[in-house]
Amino acid sequence: MILQNQIWLLTLTGIGLVSLVFIWIIVQAGKPADSAQVQKTAHTIRRWWFLALVLLGVGVAYATLKPFPIADQNASSPAGQIVDVVGRQWSWTLSQNQIKAGVPVQFNVTSLDVNHGFAIYGPNDLIVTQTQAMPGFTNRLHYTFTQPGKYRVMCLEYCGVAHHGMVTEFEVVGGQP
Amino acid sequence: MNASQSAGALHPANEALTRNERIVFNLYTISALLVFVLMMLLGLTMRMAQSNWAGVLPNVFYQIMTAHGAGMVGTIGLATSAVMWFFLRKYVKLSLSIFLANYVLFMLGAVALLAAVFIGGYAGAWTFLYPLPQHPMGLWSGNAAALFMLGYLLIGVGFLLFYLDVMRAIIRMYSNLGRALGLQWLFSGDIDKSHPKTVVASTMVAITNSIGILAGAIVLVMCLINIYFPSVALNALLVKNLTYLFGHMFINASIYMGVIAVYELLPRYSGRPYPISRPFLWSWAASLVMVLIVYPHHLMMDYVMPHWMLVMGQIISYCAGLPVFTVTVFGALANIYRSGMRWNMPSRLLVLSMFGWAAGIVPAIIDGTISVNKLMHNTQWVPGHFHFYLLLGVLPMVLALMFHVIGQNAPSRSSDKLSFPLYILGGLIFVFSFLAAGHISTPRRYAVHLPQWLLYDQFGSIGAILLIVAMLVFALHIVVGLLRSPGNGDSAHATG
Repeated sequence: MILQNQIWLLTLTGIGLVSLVFIWIIVQAGKPADSAQVQKTAHTIRRWWFLALVLLGVGVAYATLKPFPIADQNASSPAGQIVDVVGRQWSWTLSQNQIKAGVPVQFNVTSLDVNHGFAIYGPNDLIVTQTQAMPGFTNRLHYTFTQPGKYRVMCLEYCGVAHHGMVTEFEVVGGQP
Repeated sequence: MNASQSAGALHPANEALTRNERIVFNLYTISALLVFVLMMLLGLTMRMAQSNWAGVLPNVFYQIMTAHGAGMVGTIGLATSAVMWFFLRKYVKLSLSIFLANYVLFMLGAVALLAAVFIGGYAGAWTFLYPLPQHPMGLWSGNAAALFMLGYLLIGVGFLLFYLDVMRAIIRMYSNLGRALGLQWLFSGDIDKSHPKTVVASTMVAITNSIGILAGAIVLVMCLINIYFPSVALNALLVKNLTYLFGHMFINASIYMGVIAVYELLPRYSGRPYPISRPFLWSWAASLVMVLIVYPHHLMMDYVMPHWMLVMGQIISYCAGLPVFTVTVFGALANIYRSGMRWNMPSRLLVLSMFGWAAGIVPAIIDGTISVNKLMHNTQWVPGHFHFYLLLGVLPMVLALMFHVIGQNAPSRSSDKLSFPLYILGGLIFVFSFLAAGHISTPRRYAVHLPQWLLYDQFGSIGAILLIVAMLVFALHIVVGLLRSPGNGDSAHATG
């Protein structure tokens, strides 16, 4: 399952669980019970609930931060392809418009004027990865394309009146169609 | 109605407004309601434009976007500061003049913002992210950008005055801010159960948002200098850090000010005590630190940031959810569970606010994960989650207080029976259309949308229309109530 769908499913499940708890509590709210007993039970549940959330948080943090999802910005590049990207109001310049699939690529992304967002959309029109393009800095984005086809670059940081039109394309060749 | 839910318990005498207090409180609430409705209409205009249901030129769209963002953030701050003031004045002696000065400065600032946007053509978004305001490509002047920033400075000075007065009054009553936060009870000792939750929350907000506003003021002054002396160049990454520290802090402070209404009002409607506890004190002390250092989660796509700060952004985002889920929302649910709760507008809105906050935080925390942020950053996922906890969380906190003040304690009127579910339905359609669009990578802040995104925009527009209809009914009801003769519990102070 693509990551966007996993995120969506996880979110709907989380919101669904919160909703069910609220509905249950609201249904029960009209039936009075001894306050001291309710508070005592609630404190016990809260202890376990807190512990469960901490364990969940630690587990998810470990799983999502190791390996670290952002390339080391200072180390020499292991990438087989390097693409220099420059953003300006309101266009993108890429040093090459053809990228090989299956070979790691490093995008060196910067801006000549304001902040831009360098987002790569796949052939299915979903974002595959992104970084910011910032004046005075170069962000190194590492990615390995697996699927050939037309990829679209869109600006995801508001940059003025033609922000929505700041689009370009490149092609990924080779690999499995 | 049981004894604890009598009118006296619902409207204690020390909460009654004097004549002057009522005037200022009404200024805050009525202005906030009017601006909320206007800003919602601007929001609807944007969603209709994205839906291809309304023709709006891109330059106008981005002006509207700028006004909507600044207007909503500022007004939620204004409205929730009224919530904090309303309850805090029972425990410490606040200056009404300073509270009024905050309002006046806010209004002057708002006029400056509106003039900058709709006369000067400024459309640099509410975040005024450097160096965009200085790079308008001919669409606005340096003076328009400067006027916008001046407006922010006026609003910031007003809030800062208010927070300084809050801290002065708290120190006068509790000797120092640490004691007001209850730090002396964190590890041991018998907690004074009468120590007000409002004082703890207000102290935390006053400390943190003063720091946030100062960070914002530094950026604004730096940018103002840069507008007129461009040779004084700024470091874009440093400015971005300060801007998001300010923006994140300001909006979080609004939530923390608003939640005071839940702490104060919920036990009155449930009839069950809602005392202070050690976990409560820990959660506010921890939140005080976390809210100041969590902002790097806005900068996860700035890879040149020190990576330890991005790790901190992710981990603190997770940790920041703990106080919400294990203390405030859990405590509120435990307070109403089998309490014999009496349902009316204030109590319904209070429970809705807890739901909106808890549910809205789910997509927010998930987006605070770096690998998720790579796919969701600056898509409509972001307005999806912040509208969730602002529209269905914080705004209901404010509305609950307003309905409480106008004495809406009786079972719902027929108009409430329609408007309340309409508000929830419209709100849910509205926020889920954003989240669903974010799920398919629809960018945020686009004046023109691709055909595959339009269906989500159209659902969003329908949700917004339903929500605005409900909000209009609420606003009308509250304004009429506020302008009527003072309600419950006011008679002793009616002539102030």
